[in-house]
Amino acid sequence: MKISHSELTILVIDENAIRASIIEEGLREAGHSNVTVINEVNGVARIIETTKPDVIVIDIENPNRDMMEHLFQLTRTVSRPIAMFVDRSDTAQIEAAMEAGVSAYVVDGLKKERVKSILDMAVSRFNAFSRLQRELAEAKSALEERKVIERAKGILMKMRGLSEEDAFALLRQTAMNEKKKMSEIAQSVVTAAGLLM
Amino acid sequence: MMSKIGQPNTKLPMPSISAGDGQKVVRAGFIPLVDASVLIAAAEFGFAAREGLTLDLVKDVSWANVRDRLAFRQFDIAHMLSPMPIASMLGLGSNPSPTITPFSLGRGGNAITLSTRLFERMRDIDGVSEKASALENAQSLAKVLRDMKARGEALPMFGVTYPFSSHNYEFRYWLAAGGINPDRDVKLVVVPPPLTSDALAAGAIDGFCVGAPWNMIASERGVGRIVAAKQDIWPSAPEKVIGMRPEWADSHTDTVSRLIVALDAAARWCDLPENHDALAEALADPRFIAAPVHIIRHVLAGEFSLDAKGNRRIIPDYFKFHREFANYPKPGHALWIYSQMIRWGQAELSEQGLKSAASAYRPNLYRAALGTGPDHADLGSEGMNVSDRFMDGHVFDPTKIGEYVAKFAVRTSPPERLNSHET
Repeated sequence: MKISHSELTILVIDENAIRASIIEEGLREAGHSNVTVINEVNGVARIIETTKPDVIVIDIENPNRDMMEHLFQLTRTVSRPIAMFVDRSDTAQIEAAMEAGVSAYVVDGLKKERVKSILDMAVSRFNAFSRLQRELAEAKSALEERKVIERAKGILMKMRGLSEEDAFALLRQTAMNEKKKMSEIAQSVVTAAGLLM
Repeated sequence: MMSKIGQPNTKLPMPSISAGDGQKVVRAGFIPLVDASVLIAAAEFGFAAREGLTLDLVKDVSWANVRDRLAFRQFDIAHMLSPMPIASMLGLGSNPSPTITPFSLGRGGNAITLSTRLFERMRDIDGVSEKASALENAQSLAKVLRDMKARGEALPMFGVTYPFSSHNYEFRYWLAAGGINPDRDVKLVVVPPPLTSDALAAGAIDGFCVGAPWNMIASERGVGRIVAAKQDIWPSAPEKVIGMRPEWADSHTDTVSRLIVALDAAARWCDLPENHDALAEALADPRFIAAPVHIIRHVLAGEFSLDAKGNRRIIPDYFKFHREFANYPKPGHALWIYSQMIRWGQAELSEQGLKSAASAYRPNLYRAALGTGPDHADLGSEGMNVSDRFMDGHVFDPTKIGEYVAKFAVRTSPPERLNSHET
C-alpha cells in the first residue's frame, strides 16, 4: 500500500534523444518528477540499481530489450518486473502501445490505474513524435518538389522562350496527359536538360 | 480514454481473425538469422502457397519483442529460441504466456567465438594448437582465466543472446566442461546478434555464442576466432522452433497441419545442397538477413573460416534442416533444456515443472500432420551414440533429471534442490 501512495520513479530508455525528451516533458507535465532519461543502454544496470525504477519505458525497436530481460534475470533490483502490461485484459491499450512502438517494464504489485496513465501518455507521445516526423518528411519532400518545378520552369522559359505562366501550364498539362505528378515531369525536364546541355 | 492520434511508426495492425479454422494468412515473426531458413523458404519458394497458406513474415529486433507480439496476438506463429516455449510454460521471464511448438526448425548453426586477443593468450600460455578440439579450447581458456585472476585482471565478458537461449546453455556447457564457472569466472552479458562482431572489435566483449552468420562475420573480419561449434557441444540440440499459442493451435487445427506440411517440405528442400545457392540469395536479401551472400553460402555449406588467417574447418552437418527428424519436437529435448535451467538456477526441479516443460513440445501435432515420426522413444536417453555425444561424455536420461544435474561438477543449483521429484 505504501508504494502506491508514494511517487513513482520512472526510467525512460530511448535511443532517440528528441523523442525521449518529449516523453520526459509529458511525464513532468503529468506531475511525475522522479524521471530519469537515458539515450543509450551502456551502464543501464548501474542506473537501474541506483534509481530503482517502478516503471521502465523502452522503445520497441531497441534491440537491447533482450539485454534488459537478461538483467532482470540476474538482479533482484527490479523486483519481479513484468513486461509492459499490468492489465493483460486491456487489449486496446496493448495494441495501441505495440503499434506506437512502446514497451515497458513495471514492478509487480503496482496499481494498474497509476501505470495506465503513464503508458497512455508514452503511447500518445510516441505517436505524436512519429506524426511530427512524418509531417517533417512530407514538408521536406514538398519543398524538394517545388524546387524541381521551379528549375524545370526556368529551363522551359529559357529553351522555349515561354513566359513563366506558360511554362507552368505546359508542365501541368503534360503531367495530366501522362497521368503523372507534376514534380515527376519537372524532374524529367531537369534530367533531360542536364543531358542535352 | 486515450484517443489515438496519427499513424503509428511501427505499423503492425492485429492480424485479421477469421471465424474458426481455415485461416489463410499466417503472420510469422522472425529474427534475421540463417536458422530462420525453413520459415523463409516456405514463404519464398512456394511451399506455403502449395498448402493454401500465405506466410506474412515480419522481421523483428529482439526475442522479447517476438515473445510479446506472439503473446498479444500480433503474430500467429514465431521463429523462437528452442528454450522460449519451455520458459513460457514454466512461467519464467518477464512476460510468460503459454507457448507451444509442434515443429523444430532444425539443428545446428551456433558457434562460440573468442576475440583474437584472448585466443593469442591461449596460445602463449597453453600453446593451444590451431586444430584444438572444443574441449581443449575450453580447458585452455580455463588456464588463461587462472592467469588473469592471478594478475588481478578484470573478468572477461562474453555475449549470449537471451537468458533463455540455446546460446546461453551451450556457452555455459562449454565453459563448464573446461572447468570454468560461468557465473564466477567470467561475466555473461546479452548482446544482440548483429552487434556481436562490432562489440568484439571494439573490445566491449571478449567472446560470444550466437547463430550464423555472425561467428563467420567476426572471424572473416579478423576480430574473432571460432573455438567451438554447436555440433561439438551436443549435435542433437534443437536450435530454433516455431512457437504458437496453444489456444490458437487448438482453434486452427487444419491451418496448423497445413503449416507443418509446408514447413516439412521447405525443410527437406533446404537440406539439399543444390538448393543452397537459391536459398543463400533469398536469405541475403535486405528483407531477411541482409548479409553478404558469399558468407551465407559458406555457412550453409558448413565451410568455416575459423579466423582471418585462412584456417578452415568443414562441419558436415553444421545445419540439419530436415534429415533424421530434425524437425520433430521431442519432449526429451525439452526436458534437457529444463535440466540446464535447473543446473544454472533459473528454475527448480518439480513434478509440475517436468510436466510444464515437456508440454511445451507437441509431437502429437507433428505426427498428426505428417503421419510419421522417429522410432526412438520420446523420453529415451540422449548422448548414447557417437553421433549424439555430449562434449563431456555425460548421458541424459529424461526420467532422472535430478541425478543428471547433480553429476555436473560445475553448476549453480544446490544439491538439496535436486533430490526427489523423479518421474
